[in-house]
Amino acid sequence: MRFVLEKRETTSRLALVLVPVVSFFVSLLLAAVILSISRASPFKTYTAMFRGAFGTWPNFTETLVKAIPLMLTGLAVSIAFRMEFWNIGAEGQLTLGGVATAWVALFWSGGMPPFLVLPASLIVGMLAGALWAGIPAVLNARLKVNETLTTLMLNYVAILFSEHLYYGPWRDPKGYGFPGTAPFPETAWLPRIAGRAHMGLLFAVFLALVLWFAIKRSRWGFEVRIIGKNRTAARFLGINIGRTIVLSLLLSGALSGLAGACEVSGISRRLQQGLSIGYGYTAIIVAWLGQLNPIAILFVAILMAGLSVGGDQVQMIMGLPAAMGMVLQGLILFPMLAGAIFNEYRPVIVKTAASTR
Amino acid sequence: MKDERIKTDIPAVEMRGITKHFPGVLANEGIDLQLNRGEVLALLGENGAGKSTLMNVLVGLYRPDEGEILVDGNRVEINSPRDAAALGIGMVHQNFMLVDTMTVAENIILGMSGLPFMPRMEDVSARIGELSDRYRLKVDPGVSIWQLSVGEQQRVEILKLIYRGARFLILDEPTAVLTPQESEDLNRVIGHMVREGKSAIFITHKMEEVMSFSDRVQVLRKGRLVAVKNTAETNPAELARLMVGREVLFQLDRKLSTRGKVVLDLRDVQADDDKGNPALRGVSFRIPSGEVFGIAGVAGNGQRALAEVITGLRKVRSGQIIINQKNLTNRPPLDIIRAGVSHIPADRIAMGVVGTMSVANNLAMKGYRKPPLIRGGVLRLRRIIDFALNLIREFRIDTPGPQTEVKFLSGGNIQKTILAREIDACRGLLVAGYPSRGLDVGATEAVRRRILEQREAGYAVLLISEDLEELLSISDRIAVLFEGRIMGILPSKDADLETLGLMMAGMELEKVSGRTS
Repeated sequence: MRFVLEKRETTSRLALVLVPVVSFFVSLLLAAVILSISRASPFKTYTAMFRGAFGTWPNFTETLVKAIPLMLTGLAVSIAFRMEFWNIGAEGQLTLGGVATAWVALFWSGGMPPFLVLPASLIVGMLAGALWAGIPAVLNARLKVNETLTTLMLNYVAILFSEHLYYGPWRDPKGYGFPGTAPFPETAWLPRIAGRAHMGLLFAVFLALVLWFAIKRSRWGFEVRIIGKNRTAARFLGINIGRTIVLSLLLSGALSGLAGACEVSGISRRLQQGLSIGYGYTAIIVAWLGQLNPIAILFVAILMAGLSVGGDQVQMIMGLPAAMGMVLQGLILFPMLAGAIFNEYRPVIVKTAASTR
Repeated sequence: MKDERIKTDIPAVEMRGITKHFPGVLANEGIDLQLNRGEVLALLGENGAGKSTLMNVLVGLYRPDEGEILVDGNRVEINSPRDAAALGIGMVHQNFMLVDTMTVAENIILGMSGLPFMPRMEDVSARIGELSDRYRLKVDPGVSIWQLSVGEQQRVEILKLIYRGARFLILDEPTAVLTPQESEDLNRVIGHMVREGKSAIFITHKMEEVMSFSDRVQVLRKGRLVAVKNTAETNPAELARLMVGREVLFQLDRKLSTRGKVVLDLRDVQADDDKGNPALRGVSFRIPSGEVFGIAGVAGNGQRALAEVITGLRKVRSGQIIINQKNLTNRPPLDIIRAGVSHIPADRIAMGVVGTMSVANNLAMKGYRKPPLIRGGVLRLRRIIDFALNLIREFRIDTPGPQTEVKFLSGGNIQKTILAREIDACRGLLVAGYPSRGLDVGATEAVRRRILEQREAGYAVLLISEDLEELLSISDRIAVLFEGRIMGILPSKDADLETLGLMMAGMELEKVSGRTS
């Protein structure tokens, strides 16, 4: 008797749901091995992590605080990934969005009606993110420049540029040398709805619904799906691939920019160190684990944020490194990628004759 | 020159009764093959005739279901290319297996067994020099592969086999990637090798290459051996007939249709292929409405470029393409689609469908831009399903349902899906590339009937095909394309396989008619 893989006749919807869920539990098992090596009880650790992330209302709102940028950047990269455009630049697009929002909040808020400050700063943040994603998109569409490299490299440009600003020209003179700008005026603050969790949550949920509908039902979404699944056919069918890529990447960048804009106006209320702490990279795992489905991405973002917040709690309660949460985040992707094979193949048990070689 | 060659009558390699099944296909059925020492044997047949399968059996990539192989009169088991190499059998594949950034010498010894840990490259180069002198295969062992032309790379592949002691060389459509001059060089090289005692099998579907390269020819059709001839005793026209099959496959009822105004007008169109070599060298013709205009020719003579320039997928270098009195030269594909042009692509899986999307979505991929399938930028899923169900019924697409992904359909049903979408969207001109290639008899007939219906509906059809039978039975006029030029245009009622065969081999129509009359 042995297992063999047999090609499915239709793509399995069950596998589509089951693979990410099972992958999550497999990653827990893998991490349990690592925990055992560190002489920690996996069960106790996981319980502590779960309590730390979801156990109390304040903890849960902190999880949401981390989930919001993951939701927005996860949605952002999912748009690009649908076209097999590997935008791994969400981190830079987020950072530049934060910088642009800070620019409006710090230097232009005085001259405009108070009710306009917040929308204007958020919109400018989105535009900056769009610009940052638009550069690699245009280079790819026009000159076939590899987008993986350009999006990655532009992350460093954006992050170093933001550091230059808050260490240098934009540094708060009254900040006792702390790297960061002066606080934003209150007109530029994004309202909070629960604990530190801010209105960005509503934006994310709203945008996920819009995106879900647009991918499924709009002409643009149809073309994006065709481009992602067979670019040669898309060209043959008369779809303007270059234009669709650029427009979609502008949207992708705008969402990442919004994530950054919400971080600076809703959480730190100034531009400071710690804006880019890897949300844009975790977004890749979020998008992939959510199978690029906008609604699923919302929930995966909460799960990933929970791992990160729970990891902090584990450090405090159990004296384990906070990186444990990160380890889990990373481990989850392996079974996920390996499990994708079950979407197209099903395992079957074959009874083999005794005489086989 | 040919009589100088060393020849014996003992077959050096013999294949007996080779049969090979693939699921649903009988690729080889009881094929015998003999290769004598010091000869070039051509293996001629259309796509899908079973040439490559037979050769893959010989080099150990496939195991035959039945049959046996003898080398020098001894029965042998060939289970892998390594076994084949040990017997002196080697194959030059269509896609070269060379590492671009390494030198010729490095490539030649790469993967050889029994090499020392640090091979002395001077010795390797010296041996390569010796062999290239002996076989007139001029290559510099020190240069990197990327610096070489395609023809030179092919020489490296041949040298690689000889270096490893190959006596029997199989060349899989070696001229497909070569310029005419490079082909001549290759012909010379093969001549030298044969005189030095090697033997070669030359896979091709071009009659003129059989004539110029080979001593003997074996013709395969639909998995069977149909003829073995001495090249000197045959001619291209006879070979064409043998390759295509004498019997008329279909008697299709061709109703009279009225010719109207010119739908497609090509004026001295020139275009390059992907590598920048000329693919079309001044092509002109006009197709009126109500006509099927056939393009005959051996694959690789500019057919692909022709279909692509008309549909906007390839830029022309000079000349004009006028569709329904509108100049659409070098316009994007969408403009051409909007002008009512439909296209059944030659490479249907890669271009024609999105395998991982549903049949319904694939059928809607032309109509989704306009009502009723879309309203206010929002696709109407119910309408798309209804639209698909209609086409599935009308074109008898055999699918479990409209939501099934296209990749789960058979080749014939994938083709019907494309056909349904393109014919439904057609408003003037249908460009069809090899529409019945690889299809079974029933599907072939359905495809041809649909094409004739388009003609009767008053549309113009450009039919590109390798299947002369198909061209003769459904086109009104046939043009033969050879090396990017039209050798002549003739009404299909005046065309016969011999004339077409000669034109496909590069003879212009005037010369052919001059010869026969």
